[in-house]
Amino acid sequence: MNYSKDNRIRELQIIAEQVRKRVVELIYYSKCGHIGGGLSSVEIEIALYFEIMNIDPKNPSMADRDRFILSKGHSVETLYAVLVASGFFNNEILNTYSHFNSILAGHPTKKVPGIELNSGALGHGLSVGVGMSLAAKMDQIKYRTYVLMGDGEQGEGSIYEAAMSASHYKLDNLVAIIDRNMLQISGKTEDIMPLEPLKERWESFGWEILEVDGNNLEEVVSSFRSLNHFNSKPKLIIAHTTKGCGISFMEKIAKWHHGIPNMEQFDEAIAEINDRIKNLKDLKNE
Amino acid sequence: MSEKGMNSIPCRKMFSDTLLEMARMDKNIVVVTTDARGSVMLNEFAKELPRQFVELGIAEQNAVGVGAGLASSGKKTFVCGPACFYVTRSLEQLKLDVVYSGNPVKILGVSGGVSYGALGYSHHSLHDIAVLRTFPGIHIILPCDIFQTRKLVQELINHPHPAYIRVGRNAVPLVYENIDPEFRIGKANILMEGKDITIIGTGETVYHCLQAGITLKKYGIEARVVDMHTLKPMDTDIIKSSALETRRIITVEEHSVYGGLGGAVSEILSQSDPVPLRILGIPDEDVVNGTPLEIFKHYGIDSEGIFHTARKMLNKE
Repeated sequence: MNYSKDNRIRELQIIAEQVRKRVVELIYYSKCGHIGGGLSSVEIEIALYFEIMNIDPKNPSMADRDRFILSKGHSVETLYAVLVASGFFNNEILNTYSHFNSILAGHPTKKVPGIELNSGALGHGLSVGVGMSLAAKMDQIKYRTYVLMGDGEQGEGSIYEAAMSASHYKLDNLVAIIDRNMLQISGKTEDIMPLEPLKERWESFGWEILEVDGNNLEEVVSSFRSLNHFNSKPKLIIAHTTKGCGISFMEKIAKWHHGIPNMEQFDEAIAEINDRIKNLKDLKNE
Repeated sequence: MSEKGMNSIPCRKMFSDTLLEMARMDKNIVVVTTDARGSVMLNEFAKELPRQFVELGIAEQNAVGVGAGLASSGKKTFVCGPACFYVTRSLEQLKLDVVYSGNPVKILGVSGGVSYGALGYSHHSLHDIAVLRTFPGIHIILPCDIFQTRKLVQELINHPHPAYIRVGRNAVPLVYENIDPEFRIGKANILMEGKDITIIGTGETVYHCLQAGITLKKYGIEARVVDMHTLKPMDTDIIKSSALETRRIITVEEHSVYGGLGGAVSEILSQSDPVPLRILGIPDEDVVNGTPLEIFKHYGIDSEGIFHTARKMLNKE
């Protein structure tokens, strides 16, 4: 783990680790969920919710709010934990995850404060994001729309219909992010249905591309900040991440796409995260 | 066809013209289409209100998703194109982005049913009602003539629910001679009163039901004729009272005999007051080639076919 010298970033790294811990807990106690892709996307969502997006947790439907769509809806545990950390709802509700009649299902729904789209089937989020971005242009409102997709998700053809329309309508207020962790449920993306050259493919659709270490919070934050929202081009951030990031025995192993830790593994995972939180806090107090 | 029933304007044209009229006054009305501005007769709309018109090329999945995004941002969104493509190619977007996510998009499926006639099954939509009836919360409406279509569009603008509207391709005769007919989503209209049998139609079959009712009267049979323009939410009261009062029912639809109007009516009747029911529609087979009217006649969903079915039910043939 790369500990930042920047105090604010270090503060966010602590929150990111706390989110990671909640994700592991939610999945361990409920015995369901998608842990690998949840852990790879933590820093992306922390950057957006804590540094980049214009949002008000007390007013989740504020007209000019920035929009976030989790197109890879199966990584919802991370989003729930980030929404709680941001103040959209509380831990007591989070504890009902996957319970009978809970508002917190295994994929996002608009019943949950702060969630913009019911997702779960792949290849939907970008089209909806195009619609939101078009509406912002029509109304001349300055909100931005962020759509987080998986890399395995890139197999869905509807994404490329949306990609074409975003550049045609010059949606520079739309930011797509690909959580490029190189794995999908059955193995390596490049073995199952190769995506490379990913950057060139997206460039050919008329998008502006940025590549970033997606688990380096400092880099993720600065890449979002560097985007030019006035050049008529939709943006794609290819976030190079590690599936299962932050839990040593889960990292880069496809079976942790939706594996459930046993008791020893759970204790080991929590201990790893607690160590990092302690180190970060010590650094902060120096 | 009576002189009074004559009409040369297709319902899709009336839909688009009414939408344009209303969109001039309301900049939040947005039309989305997929290289179908000609089929939907939206050329004038596109020309006059380009900022409220979104062309997405041949990409129905994207169109429905984009429509959901627009609707979630406060736009009164109409996604328009051939019915056959919207309720198959983009079905998952309809299910998740529109219905499940509660975005009140209006899908206008033009040239529905067997409108495209000899173009074949790829262009028919004979499954749409059955499929969409199972999606919680979507409203399904098949207007029967241009005056009703006009009233429907006016009501749809601020309708808070997602809706699927199916109209045909060709101009169809008027059912309502009044330019401003009584119309409310979810409330069926009785076109003719009768006590011997009830004939229920939806969309283009309503005219044929009415003609059959008129002919039956000449043969001494009093048929009640019902225009069931809204298939969901369905007017269950009118079905139950018709069963009670006429004891026999015929349903007529330009749709598979499975899961459409007839299916819905039988679900209601079999759980309340079962009476003999005949479901007229397209059987479970490779649909015959021909013009829409030839196909209607072949499957007995034209006025003559309905007339004979009614007579048989009453043991008059």
